[in-house]
Amino acid sequence: MSALHLNLKVWRQKNQQSKGEFQTYQVEANEHMSFLEMMDVLNQDLIEKKKEPVAFDHDCREGICGACSMVINGKPHGPLSGTTTCQLHMRHFKDGETIVVEPFRAKAFPIVRDLVVDRSSFDRIIQAGGFISVNTGQAIDGNAIPIDKDTASKSFDAAACIGCGACVAACPNGSAMLFTSAKISHLGLLPQGKMEHTRRVNNMVSQMDEEGFGFCSNIGACEAECPKGISLENIARMNRGYIKASLLD
Amino acid sequence: MSLSGLFLIVFLLIHLLGNLQLLKADGGQAFNIYGYFMTHNPLIKMVSYGLYLFILIHAIQGTLLWLKNRSAKGSSYAVNSNAGTNMFSRYMMHFGIIIFIFIIIHMIQFWLKMKMGVLDQVSYDGVDHTVANLYAPCQLAFSNIGYVLFYVLSMLILAFHLNHGFQSAFQTLGWNHPKYNGLIKIVGLLYSILIPLGFAIIPIFMFLNK
Ligand code: HEM
Ligand code: SF4
Ligand code: FES
Repeated sequence: MSALHLNLKVWRQKNQQSKGEFQTYQVEANEHMSFLEMMDVLNQDLIEKKKEPVAFDHDCREGICGACSMVINGKPHGPLSGTTTCQLHMRHFKDGETIVVEPFRAKAFPIVRDLVVDRSSFDRIIQAGGFISVNTGQAIDGNAIPIDKDTASKSFDAAACIGCGACVAACPNGSAMLFTSAKISHLGLLPQGKMEHTRRVNNMVSQMDEEGFGFCSNIGACEAECPKGISLENIARMNRGYIKASLLD
Repeated sequence: MSLSGLFLIVFLLIHLLGNLQLLKADGGQAFNIYGYFMTHNPLIKMVSYGLYLFILIHAIQGTLLWLKNRSAKGSSYAVNSNAGTNMFSRYMMHFGIIIFIFIIIHMIQFWLKMKMGVLDQVSYDGVDHTVANLYAPCQLAFSNIGYVLFYVLSMLILAFHLNHGFQSAFQTLGWNHPKYNGLIKIVGLLYSILIPLGFAIIPIFMFLNK
């Protein structure tokens, strides 16, 4: 097991109002650690020195919750494609390397502290989507509604979005179109969610604008950085729905 | 944005077909007759006012979009990877400004002269009226190496703008389908190279033949 001596440049910021700055730290990690475990080592060290540990978001540490927001060397979730920060292992870094760690940046993701940003705007976009029409009561037979394989797969691919916000972090326009379109697609493609599709598109897009996210100019950084491989095809589907909604409502 | 952009894309094609008549070795006859037709046909006149409007709408929308998106980003990173992006998509606004400046100079140079009626009138066999000699200012402008270079560079920038703009407009309208995406990319690439190239050949040709 080889040790890694790393130079970390980490963004430190006390709260939303204060002006942040980079601080440099030396950390000794090993190649089997995840990036977050390496950050834990740094924090343990800071605590022992009676200094303030670096605040960062994390929860599941298995790539499914979307909490671990960090921009590592200019890339949301770091250098490995299709991987969240918590699933990124230190063997992808070299001994002696300098690693720059910054928070996700977008006006609609205000910094709470250090690397923690407030992504509640995403929750409000999801809430704006409203309900889907399924009967309450006993769970119905999963196979009672026929759905063809391709549609089910497309919906499932969109549902893989973990709401991490890397798309917004990567987008030069601070746009949340990839996230919103993934949420819209995974419901709108299935019979249970199709009925409210147009209204849902309208409401979610309005909420997205209200939160202060930018508009998509089809740059494609979001798709490249999304840890779950969400496709730009979803944005086109949302645009179609939005045009339909503008023409009909 | 996408609709005005696509309108401008169609316009460019037609404008190029007209301009290519400058390459005819007839001392400007075909081009001048075409110029007369374009300024006197009522339908074309209406379309051209629509065109000025579309250019303005496109420029204003583009600028507002750019301002909104800059403020939505807020702050910038210390390290940028730019993964998945290209310089065409990131500098659409900058390209647009250069194209806009080009359009203004271009209009002063040719359109304004036509409108002010300061051009000489020439007559041709088989045409029962005189036509303005729009060929003359073209010849004059394109004998100036500085203007030829400015024109050719502007066309290069236009190519950059269209390289992203063409496919972007389709995505904005929701026309994204795995079966046709390749086709849109190829047609967009061909269009964004061939149309500006076609425009750029004219001043180069006229400069070399002066
Ligand atoms: C004849 C000239 C022009 C043509 C053919 C053209 C065409 C296009 C097209 C097709 C798009 C993509 C639209 C979309 O994705 O929805 C676009 C985008 C854009 N245009 Fe133009 N344009 C021209 C001139 C201009 C001018 C004069 C400006 C500004 C002063 C400008 C600024 C922009 C901006 C900022 C965008 C970015 C929006 C985006 O990528 O979606 N363009 N243009
Ligand atoms: S679309 Fe991808 S990058 Fe954006 S929130 Fe969902 S999982 Fe994260
Ligand atoms: S901590 Fe849950 S996805 Fe990384």
